[in-house]
Amino acid sequence: MNQMTSQETGGMFTVAQTIGSVLCCKCGIPMAPNAANMCVKCLRSEVDITEGLQKHVIIIHCPECDTYLQPPRTWLKAQLESKELLTFCVKRLKNLNKVLRLIHAEFIWTEPHSKRLKVKLKVQKEVLNGAVLEQSYIVEYVVQDQMCESCSRVQANPDQWVAAVQLRQQVAHRRTFFYLEQLILKHDAAVRAIRIKQMDRGIDFFFSNRSHAVKFVEFVQKVAPIKSRNDKQLVSHDTKSNNYHYKYTFSVEISPICREDLVCLPPKVASTLGNIGPLVLCTKITNSIAFLDPLTLRNCFLDAEQYWRTNFTSLLSSKQLVEYIVLDVELISHEVNVSGSKYVMADVQVARVSDFGKNDTIFFVRTHLGHLLNPGDFALGYDLHAANSNDIEIDKYKGLSIPEVILVKKSYEERRIKKRGKPRAWKLKSLNMEVDNGETRGGRVDLEKMNNEYEQFCRDLEENPELRFNISLYRNEEYQKSEMGSVLDDDENAPSVPLEELLADIKLSDDDYGEDDDDDDDEGMKE
Amino acid sequence: MTIYFFFLSKFPSAVIQMATRLQFENSCEIGVFSKLTNAYCLVAIGGSENFYSTFESELADVIPVVKTSIGGTRIIGRLCVGNKNGLLLPHTTTDQELQHLRNSLPDAVVVQRIDERLSALGNCIACNDHVALVHTDLDRETEEMIADVLGVEVFRQTIAGNILVGSYCAFSNRGGLVHPHTSIEDLDELSTLLQVPLVAGTVNRGSEVIAAGLTVNDWTAFCGSDTTATELSVIESVFKLREAQPSAIVDEMRKSLIDTYV
Repeated sequence: MNQMTSQETGGMFTVAQTIGSVLCCKCGIPMAPNAANMCVKCLRSEVDITEGLQKHVIIIHCPECDTYLQPPRTWLKAQLESKELLTFCVKRLKNLNKVLRLIHAEFIWTEPHSKRLKVKLKVQKEVLNGAVLEQSYIVEYVVQDQMCESCSRVQANPDQWVAAVQLRQQVAHRRTFFYLEQLILKHDAAVRAIRIKQMDRGIDFFFSNRSHAVKFVEFVQKVAPIKSRNDKQLVSHDTKSNNYHYKYTFSVEISPICREDLVCLPPKVASTLGNIGPLVLCTKITNSIAFLDPLTLRNCFLDAEQYWRTNFTSLLSSKQLVEYIVLDVELISHEVNVSGSKYVMADVQVARVSDFGKNDTIFFVRTHLGHLLNPGDFALGYDLHAANSNDIEIDKYKGLSIPEVILVKKSYEERRIKKRGKPRAWKLKSLNMEVDNGETRGGRVDLEKMNNEYEQFCRDLEENPELRFNISLYRNEEYQKSEMGSVLDDDENAPSVPLEELLADIKLSDDDYGEDDDDDDDEGMKE
Repeated sequence: MTIYFFFLSKFPSAVIQMATRLQFENSCEIGVFSKLTNAYCLVAIGGSENFYSTFESELADVIPVVKTSIGGTRIIGRLCVGNKNGLLLPHTTTDQELQHLRNSLPDAVVVQRIDERLSALGNCIACNDHVALVHTDLDRETEEMIADVLGVEVFRQTIAGNILVGSYCAFSNRGGLVHPHTSIEDLDELSTLLQVPLVAGTVNRGSEVIAAGLTVNDWTAFCGSDTTATELSVIESVFKLREAQPSAIVDEMRKSLIDTYV
């Protein structure tokens, strides 16, 4: 009669236990015995574990930016039916997790314009001496539209800014800003800006929040040698609640020394840098400035703090470059690696292109470009022989022998002539900048000058792979390769950007920059 | 509830009451405060007469209903154990109580006080007139005493893993109710031992402490007022209370009672 099954469990004889059935104490249906000895239906009817829980909740939604208010003042961005919104909805329920355990939650579809969200929750709770009851119920959320603080501010006056960053460089050209623009685009540094305005010798960025401006200034500090100060102006205040509203202004000045500038270092700086120079070329600018002595191939760095302590300007800048023709090259050193770039010291014979065929003025100079120059090449250099410098620093050096020419770079002007007017294989993005024509003097002339500078900037990018390192170039769809096929025969072509470096421009949204090319260090350069 | 009792007490013989629902001072654990056997009924001394009078109205013309305390407490149902042959009392029972019980109960019932460490005899022992299930740790002497005084066969058992057999089951000579978690194998084994049909069930709206909510003899049962109709019907069917008539069953016993009166 007893169906015993002997099971050897650790030497003990155990009898198999079959769970019997008892009658539910309320309705009398047979069921497996449980802690309450009541069937689930009766238990449900007996106790409602969702009693006292919120079934209707009002949530505040900002229709402008599609965010939901998480009291007291956080606004949470969430799509309908999204995981984030579900988390938000569940969190809004009071004393849910204290009393019982949440097992499952899901949305029930409602019309998007119905202003109702329905969430089905499944909860567990211990009832009647240890029986755990599971129950699901629906919470209805009434979505009330109310604009968030920032949206209502924008609605009231879209141009209302709280912080402005005034970025300035006291030089005649804008190439620094072209480069900085690319860096900003690449790093999304100015996404928070509500307005960007192109100014004379600079750009103004306007932000709706002080911290956004501070963050932007910090970004610029990482990529350029800057000096900044900030001020605030009281707009309104409420002494009773101790609220003060300020407008903040950050004045950021970029050092006027640009890449390829010739600098005469002040004696003090030159001596701290180991008696370098004093005539040096600026080779690279990040948050520090790199100088190279073209006559000795010595190099040195000056960080922003050191620079602003002495605050000197350049002797000659890239605008004053003169084109020379190379007549003879005599290498006098091996290839030398100076902080990542290769140089070869050489003695060269050069003549001004403007003199060529007119007189026999020839200069014998020492240059660092021995690896690039060949007889017959063109090179750009500073004509110190003819220059009329009125630099204070250079006068401080008594008995300084100034070379007649300092060559800066090889010139590809001839080869470019063929290409002129044809589109490039690549293009750059640009910031959405406002140009106030009323303020910039000259109008048309100014625009032309800027276009020339932009062209110059593009050429620099082509010539200098180091410069491209930190910015994103995109494929130009308008560019037709077949046309160029015949022209691109010889090796000795003008430098261009290899196609594999270009990024495909994914047009998902306006501010999408396509895939990143992993070179995401903060080192930047400027011209 | 009171009206219900009043109605019962007014027509005790007219209504054949099979199982009665009642409360002891707002407690449904009436098995704690009473002890019902085929030969006598003990009830605790309560603040009011309601509890006593319910028993009285049901049983007065058949068996004696005795108000008592044991060791000065009211939880007499849990402290003593007995059947028609005898009554075992714990060592906490005072001499006066013992004397009172000896005086009140029929002479055929042997009243005996025993020295057992586990003094809640009602929790440790469950019995009918022939068989007793006892706590596994009970003394050998106590076991012998149970066999002698109550005239039963003694088995050391557990019910659904509970050693307090007296709490988790209630059985008469006709049937028994055990803890709802009792497995079918255990149920078979127990009913083989007891030679009565057993069923797993509950009292007092799902309570598994059967003996606390239910006190039963061969023809009537009393249970806590929380007991549902379903539970009541289970109780009535397993204890065969529907076909039970006090006269038919206690016929033989009545003879002995009359004997004592004469």
